Amino acid sequence: MSVLVLMRDAGDELSLQALAFARSLGQATGADAEPTAFTIDGPYAPASWGQTVADLVTARSPRAVIAPGTERGNEVMAHAAAILDEPLSANTTAFTPGDPPTVTRVRWGGSLLEQALLRGGTLLITVAPHAVGAAPAGVTPEVVPASHHALALAPTERVGASSGGVTLEEASVVVSGGRGVGSAEGFAVVEELAGLLGGAVGCSRAVTSAGWRPHTDQVGQTGTKVAPEIYIACGISGATQHMAGCKGAKKLLAINSDGEASIFAHADYGVIGDVHAVLPAISAEIRKVRGA
Amino acid sequence: MHVYACVKRVPMTGGRITLTDDQRAISTRHLGFTVSPHEECAVEEAVQIVEREGGSVTVLTLGPSESEEQLRDMMAIGADRALHLLTDGEEWDPQATAAAIVTAIRADAQPPDLILFGNESADAGNYQVAVRVAHALGLPCVTGVKAITIAGGRARCEQEVPGGRDVYDAPLPSVVAVKEGINLPRYPSVPGRLRAKRKPLEASSPERPAARLEMTRLELPPDSGKQVKILGRGPEAAPAVVEVLAELGVL
Repeated sequence: MSVLVLMRDAGDELSLQALAFARSLGQATGADAEPTAFTIDGPYAPASWGQTVADLVTARSPRAVIAPGTERGNEVMAHAAAILDEPLSANTTAFTPGDPPTVTRVRWGGSLLEQALLRGGTLLITVAPHAVGAAPAGVTPEVVPASHHALALAPTERVGASSGGVTLEEASVVVSGGRGVGSAEGFAVVEELAGLLGGAVGCSRAVTSAGWRPHTDQVGQTGTKVAPEIYIACGISGATQHMAGCKGAKKLLAINSDGEASIFAHADYGVIGDVHAVLPAISAEIRKVRGA
Repeated sequence: MHVYACVKRVPMTGGRITLTDDQRAISTRHLGFTVSPHEECAVEEAVQIVEREGGSVTVLTLGPSESEEQLRDMMAIGADRALHLLTDGEEWDPQATAAAIVTAIRADAQPPDLILFGNESADAGNYQVAVRVAHALGLPCVTGVKAITIAGGRARCEQEVPGGRDVYDAPLPSVVAVKEGINLPRYPSVPGRLRAKRKPLEASSPERPAARLEMTRLELPPDSGKQVKILGRGPEAAPAVVEVLAELGVL
């Protein structure tokens, strides 16, 4: 039996991770050696794309369909699972064959893992981003025309394209403030340091809930996921909600007046002190080093 | 407009998650409970829509008897009534959850014009209950929504995508899964809490079907093994910080 892989395109990193996952699932279950990669041709319409996957399942009876655990991947596979009335394991990190097989999937934005039995006629799985290494590029996906679904909605326009400036997702430095910053005005010291480093300003959920910063600045499980070279967490305690958004950072510097704060367990570097004393000193030191 | 908002009771995890001895749940001995963040925004959005358009808000949950606390909280911020699908505390998988919600909505004498969900629950994060409910009821569905405008019997929904927002023009009734950031949920007032105690709450006990995605065990991800290097205390640490920034090449 075959394994199908829904890819965004032939070079997409997360799709290649899904392909790698599919290969190891195929080997573990004794399916045909090489999974069949495919893309869907046609404007994006979630229910239609879900119907496309469902039609492929009906026509080819694969053992499994694998997709990347992106917003779109999860959305399309949810539609396919609903149409087929099959279970779906979203954001999966591992697969263990068996009858039924066991999947490992992420909970709490990655702060917890779940093992679950997946009782599907066809195994529908999305792969958590960066849970497995990517397969080498070079596969040529089959192009499948989108099916029709009576309830399908498609986007009518795109609005609010970003207006330049460093975005949180792309910034190589993120300076983020938490409850310890104290107020909306208190973010001036955070903005100053971010500006000096050409970085973006982030914040914790406590800050957006207090109305100090807009939600677009929030880093966390329900905010933006960031992956900078260094993440500077200022006055942030290190709740699981927040760490789910910044665990992609290469290095983490925590500045907190509470030396026992759980953020230090996730940090590479730490400074124990009040952000309003430490951040201006760092900014002044940068100016001094640069001779300005 | 009759707007449904579906919510889930989840623990407030704080800084560190510990598991029960049988590894089937988070140890909640020292934790409070809340509604998943996206879902709290779904309730706030429902209340705001009804404040503008008129109508009523029904908040629905599937969960143990303790979930009444979350239903009362949501009625305190403006939901008019609550439906409680009682469980014995065992976890329901997404298909079973969706089926129970569909049965409850179909049984409602006043069918909803709009059914709101959170995009994914804070704990299980299965990303599918809203979509399953939509298909079962034969309704269109939009997910990942950061803005809703109701006009002319339609819901204009803005879905967050990389580089902007895609606009979906959904006919009513529809199912819409929202994300935190669509609004800033209000805090319950004292009069709101008092009113919530007297608002109608209907409970029923649906039968749990066999799970097809059956959680067997939870585990903590492997420790990052990180050992923090303390660069100093207070402003005196600044030169050491700048040295690290220079080493990382971000200066």
